[in-house]
Amino acid sequence: MRGSWFLPAASFLGFAFLYIPILSLIIYSFNDSQLVTVWGGFSTRWYGELLNDAQILGAAWISLKVGVLSATIATVIGTLAAFVLTRFGRFRGRLLMTGMVTAPLVMPEVLIGLSLLLLFVSMELALGWPSERGMVTVVIAHSTFCAAYVAVIAQSRLRDMDDSLEEAARDLGAGPVRVFFDITLPVIAPALVSGWLLAFTLSLDDLVIASFVSGPGASTLPMVIFSKVRLGVSPDVNALATLIILIVAVAVSVAGWVLYRQSKRG
Amino acid sequence: MSSQAQPAVAADLRPWTDPDATPFISVKGVSKRFGTFTAVSDVSLDIYRGEVFCLLGGSGCGKTTLLRMLAGFESPTEGKILIDGKDMANVPADRRPTNMMFQSYALFPHMSVEKNVAYGLLREGKSKPEAMDRVAQMLKLVKLEPYAKRKPHQLSGGQRQRVALARALVKQPKVLLLDEPLGALDKKLREETQFELIRIQETLGVTFIVVTHDQEEAMTLATRIGVMTEGEIRQIGEPREIYESPNSRFVADFIGSVNLFEGTVASLNGAQAVVDTADLGPVTTTAPEGVSVGQTVTLAIRPERFALTRAAPAEGTPNTCRAMVRDMGYGGHISSYRLKLGNGRIVSATQSNRLRDEDPIMWDEEISITFPPPVVRVLTR
Ligand SMILES: Nc1ncnc2c1ncn2[C@@H]1O[C@H](COP(=O)(O)OP(=O)(O)OP(=O)(O)O)[C@@H](O)[C@H]1O
Ligand SMILES: [Mg+2]
Repeated sequence: MRGSWFLPAASFLGFAFLYIPILSLIIYSFNDSQLVTVWGGFSTRWYGELLNDAQILGAAWISLKVGVLSATIATVIGTLAAFVLTRFGRFRGRLLMTGMVTAPLVMPEVLIGLSLLLLFVSMELALGWPSERGMVTVVIAHSTFCAAYVAVIAQSRLRDMDDSLEEAARDLGAGPVRVFFDITLPVIAPALVSGWLLAFTLSLDDLVIASFVSGPGASTLPMVIFSKVRLGVSPDVNALATLIILIVAVAVSVAGWVLYRQSKRG
Repeated sequence: MSSQAQPAVAADLRPWTDPDATPFISVKGVSKRFGTFTAVSDVSLDIYRGEVFCLLGGSGCGKTTLLRMLAGFESPTEGKILIDGKDMANVPADRRPTNMMFQSYALFPHMSVEKNVAYGLLREGKSKPEAMDRVAQMLKLVKLEPYAKRKPHQLSGGQRQRVALARALVKQPKVLLLDEPLGALDKKLREETQFELIRIQETLGVTFIVVTHDQEEAMTLATRIGVMTEGEIRQIGEPREIYESPNSRFVADFIGSVNLFEGTVASLNGAQAVVDTADLGPVTTTAPEGVSVGQTVTLAIRPERFALTRAAPAEGTPNTCRAMVRDMGYGGHISSYRLKLGNGRIVSATQSNRLRDEDPIMWDEEISITFPPPVVRVLTR
């Protein structure tokens, strides 16, 4: 039978293709040698060196702040958009709005970055704000495209949610705002947690959009890594990448676990 | 039916028989359209304080939609709804004197049983200790005290249903709307809960409007039943009235089982009429008002109303004919028969098994069936 060995072998090759580069990166982050391609024994010196690299630490700190801020803003905006789209029935322009909310998911990042850059530049000319490109503009840019992801997750959760829960709360004497905070929000909270985590990792990973809208003194971690790699891969980049992989893996697993637990509970 | 068992002034317990009584809920010419589809069409209803009113009808006939309009989740396209004399048109769901028990129960999944039940009281501005007191009483009433701290997903279907009931009742609404409250329960639990519902209803004196598609349930629970189909109410009456005096073929056929025979009125003598039928020959019966000679009518006879005998009845007995037993099913307390008449028409009949050592009528016997004039109901619609 073909099935007996073909499927396991194919999936092994597939996973190997995906994960061997990452695995080798992790292994070489513990390489003692200066040369990236030569194994010189086990060591954690590159991790230690990272801690002394002010540029990288600064960029990491900026990335973290940008990630937390934009994930939070994106979660608020995305949830509100999803709520309007699922709960306000049919209103004029609903279809258009649905399309527009999800467009950033399929739009090339270069386009998003470029259009936001043009927006910020013309806003600066017309309104005098944002007066220069930096962390604020990166946060704004990340919030907008991450909000699309959060909106999609929240929307599907809101659609699955039994409408009669909200009606029951109304029936028991709660006004519409109370119902949103007492019932809707807690019920969809797990989806929002995983939406937040997804937004956070997206923001942490983003290089293209950040390169367009960031300014001097506000380089994010991916921007710093990219500029370092252009000068040749050094082993401390491996160590840094390993740490980022760790953070992203944890965030994605937590998001998945939260969603899974919720789907099991109904 | 429960209220009829109690000794009191009849008109007090059956206010709908009193033309001067003021209804508690008035539904006046209410229609609801979704786009071009009419879900509820020109329904008018009066419901009195303390009633258990059952809306009975097949799937999709508009029962839930009517209930949702009473609760305030849907607004009527036409007509108006008055509760306790007040027009409900601009009153949102959270300000209405109604509480609803949902078809899906709609328990808040993130709150414990206790918090679910307390939610309505807290929204009303009750203090926490006071609310918790009432919640404890309510949980005792529905026998859920040991489960107060559990979440809904840790309960069985029957327990969830009781939480939903407790949550809707704890605010002591003037009107409780129940959408298929017993739908998810097995037969035994269902019967127990029916009596429980009646007990609670009598203890608290709340007006119940119950939606169901189970006619037995409607018969047991209701003071009155409204039979619905395709968004219309076809007949409103006490269970006995609906069963014994259906106003149309539809209602007769919908409630219980019935044999229907087509015929034409051959002669009229005061209220007494003779109807010629192809199946049963001439049938003597009491005609409703407004029937004329030559009119086509339908005769309705319930299966349990036929008397089956081996011997032919005495000469001159009206409404009798011969039949062959085609099928017989022994059901313990009753036996059901399928009988073939002279012209090949099959009718169903049931006999209650009152004696233990009866010699029952069996397959392929030729017997006489008799249906005295009062058991025959003449339908003109
Ligand atoms: N929001 C809506 N939009 C369009 N049509 C609707 C809507 N709600 C109900 N309907 C239609 O109205 C009709 C009556 O629905 P309703 O829910 O009142 O039926 P029901 O009598 O409660 O049936 P069931 O016994 O199956 O619960 C159905 O044909 C349904 O498809
Ligand atoms: Mg329904």
